[in-house]
Amino acid sequence: MGLALLAIIWLITFFSTYFFVAKTWWLPVGASAAAPWIDHQFALTYVLMGIVFVAAQGSLGLFVWQYRDRGSASQVHYSHGNTTLEVLWTVLTGVLFIGLNLMGSSVWASERFEPAGPGAVQVEASGLQFAWYFRYPGADGKYGRTKPELVDASAGGEAAVGLDTGDAASKDDVVSGTMYLPVNREADLALRAQDVIHSLFIPAMRFKQDAVPGLIIHMHFKPVQTGDYEIACAELCGLGHYKMHGMLKVVSQEEFDKWLASKEAEKQ
Amino acid sequence: MASTEIVHAHAAPQGFIRKYIFSLDHKIIGLQYYFLALIAVFLGMGLSLLMRIHLIWPTASLPIFGDIKPETYLMFVTMHGTIMVFFVLTTAPQGGFGNYFLPIQIGAPDMAFPTLNMLSFWTTFVAFVVLIAAFFVGAPLHGWTGYAPLSAVPSSGPGEGLGADLWITSIALFCAASLMGALNFITTTLDMRAKGMSMMRMPLTCWAWFITAILGLLAFGVLAAGGILLLMDRNLGTSFFVPGGLNFTGQTSFPPGGFSPSTDLVKHNGGSPLLWQHLFWFFGHPEVYIAIVPGMGVASQLLSTFSRKPIFGYRAMVYAMLAIGILGFVVWGHHMFMSGMSPYSAFAFSIMTMAIGVPSAIKTFNWIGTIYKGRVRFHTPMLFAIGFVSLFVSGGLSGPFLAQPVLDIPLHDTAYVPGHFHLIMGVAAIFGIFAATYYWFPKMFGHMMNETLGRWHFFITLVGTYSIFMPMHYLGMAGQPRRYSQLTEVAYLHPLIPLNRFITYAAIVTIAGQFIFLFNLFWSMAKGKKAADNPWEATTLEWTTATPPPHDNFGGRTPVVNHGPYEYSVPGAPRDYIMQNDPATAPVH
Repeated sequence: MGLALLAIIWLITFFSTYFFVAKTWWLPVGASAAAPWIDHQFALTYVLMGIVFVAAQGSLGLFVWQYRDRGSASQVHYSHGNTTLEVLWTVLTGVLFIGLNLMGSSVWASERFEPAGPGAVQVEASGLQFAWYFRYPGADGKYGRTKPELVDASAGGEAAVGLDTGDAASKDDVVSGTMYLPVNREADLALRAQDVIHSLFIPAMRFKQDAVPGLIIHMHFKPVQTGDYEIACAELCGLGHYKMHGMLKVVSQEEFDKWLASKEAEKQ
Repeated sequence: MASTEIVHAHAAPQGFIRKYIFSLDHKIIGLQYYFLALIAVFLGMGLSLLMRIHLIWPTASLPIFGDIKPETYLMFVTMHGTIMVFFVLTTAPQGGFGNYFLPIQIGAPDMAFPTLNMLSFWTTFVAFVVLIAAFFVGAPLHGWTGYAPLSAVPSSGPGEGLGADLWITSIALFCAASLMGALNFITTTLDMRAKGMSMMRMPLTCWAWFITAILGLLAFGVLAAGGILLLMDRNLGTSFFVPGGLNFTGQTSFPPGGFSPSTDLVKHNGGSPLLWQHLFWFFGHPEVYIAIVPGMGVASQLLSTFSRKPIFGYRAMVYAMLAIGILGFVVWGHHMFMSGMSPYSAFAFSIMTMAIGVPSAIKTFNWIGTIYKGRVRFHTPMLFAIGFVSLFVSGGLSGPFLAQPVLDIPLHDTAYVPGHFHLIMGVAAIFGIFAATYYWFPKMFGHMMNETLGRWHFFITLVGTYSIFMPMHYLGMAGQPRRYSQLTEVAYLHPLIPLNRFITYAAIVTIAGQFIFLFNLFWSMAKGKKAADNPWEATTLEWTTATPPPHDNFGGRTPVVNHGPYEYSVPGAPRDYIMQNDPATAPVH
């Protein structure tokens, strides 16, 4: 029985670790400026936790087999513990866990403590059951007024976010079902939700933030690779949660300008 | 010890109803809790099977439920979580085993307040019935966390009407029951200990139940308050959690259009959805310790007993549980890193969360240290205790990923999270319950459980649960969000479907394996080998009394305690264990 336990615990440890090391399933390829930093912290945590994991499971499996009851041949070491050891592993795990945390905190601070810099692209992301809409403020740099009573989700576009066309600032607002961003330029997102909590999740950008009704949450990231990236909803928002997805198209600045201009032209 | 005599005064009841239904005897009440949890766990497990099947065969029609609509899937999600967390993980280890064995292990004839104890069980039972009633009116789709405004406005989806009201009512009742239970456990532990049973001579199971009761006392009150406010928002027009200007017409454009919300704007103003999350998680995080701490106690008890060696670092184990209990109240914000909460407070919550890993690690080291140079006997309860340690390590080590806000960006609300918490507070806690069942079954029913069936059950469950929950970590890393009823709509999820299929197959096998346990449980009650009074050669007081114990636990005798709880293999002692109530001639620790 001891040998069977040893084998099972070690096999579980081996297979669990193998798929991490082989990266059979892993974080999607990162395409934002922060991605390498986040991935680095992930890898560091993974290596340290992996060592502890293998050591703990390995010794658990080994000891239950090595110290199995062998009748009179087994000598039990009568002991109530060892204070020095207790202090040692308390300090070691404390240093490991807190240290790991502090190492990651600078990345968190750069992501979330400071607002987006000047020159960032302004985009408002609105979540509603069950779609994302993206609004660009236009040449005036100001978002026009929205009113909940004007919302008509089935009409899509401007009506879906309840844009008040009577407001002067709304004249040049562009609303799109697809998010366009220029590459290598920071995006300053303003997240809103019209009904329940949603969460804007762009795995390739290592971006996730809840959109909360009643709040406008500013969050920023910088795409560094052109391409099409999927957006999902990561907060349970109702029966269509699994369908609430969108697209981010990261394009060159020229293409972005062209796209915005064409959307403005459509409005006229 | 005046209260002891009062309890002694009530004679053993004779009628069936007073003896088995409205019983005041903590042992019967413990069994009532246990069997309630047993019904609940098979129900919750059945729901998880339906979810797994729907996830990989979304077009398949299921028995009873027919075609599964997205809202039906989410109803399963809500009910699975609620049933498992409240009526299994809180009910069985504390209400079940705690009720049965806390008084006996400390040498008391009953709980401090037997009537309150009965009331606590029956309130739990009513809470369960109310929850099940939600199935028949359409259960809510908001998940066991019930985030507002989804949970606060009937227009937000099917099941958010009467179903959601029943769900909240059930939870509020459960809170009331848990508060009664917690008071009883705390008072009993402090006031009813036998002579010589100092706090530091209590078995670690008693410490675990005591600390769990304190956590429950402080946490359930907050959830009850949150639930009542939510009920008021839903029914009395208040706005604690609902801000102004919400429009729920988005769903009308959702095919196939099975749900038409009210097109009126919601008449609320000024509420905060984050307030609900703070209240909920102020309860919700201690709750995970309410589920796992009794398992820690059981694992400690069993590892020592079956390694024939004193627990490594008894005091460190007690202090670690106390530290976990205290720190458990200041980490709730780690559920909210992506919620819009201040990023500065995320930093503080993160540090506290990493700090709580330290006492957890101490416990793990001490468990392994207990086995080291012991003489390990592989009875089924010991197998589950070893499995508990393995799962605790695995589930514990995925925690420091989620505890770092910066890593929570890719991982939050993905399948990584259910992978993590199922291993540690789900499966590890369930292993604690299994270990306790196999260990105390002889005392409770007078028969031994079948060892061969027990071993099969153990290996199937250990390998099976790892096969289910370890891959969920991989899925989460690859970005699979949780609570998706289908994986067909988002293109990057398509390559993950084969791994999801594997998880479903593993779940089917694992769930099938649980029927071995069920069979063993009931078969052994009737046909199991007759149990001796102390079949495991253990030291604590429940093994000094008859099997099953008499109405007043010790048959008119009051035990006197002379030894610590884990005196195994004491050099110079006549046998390899010293009972707690053995005469004080042997070395005392």
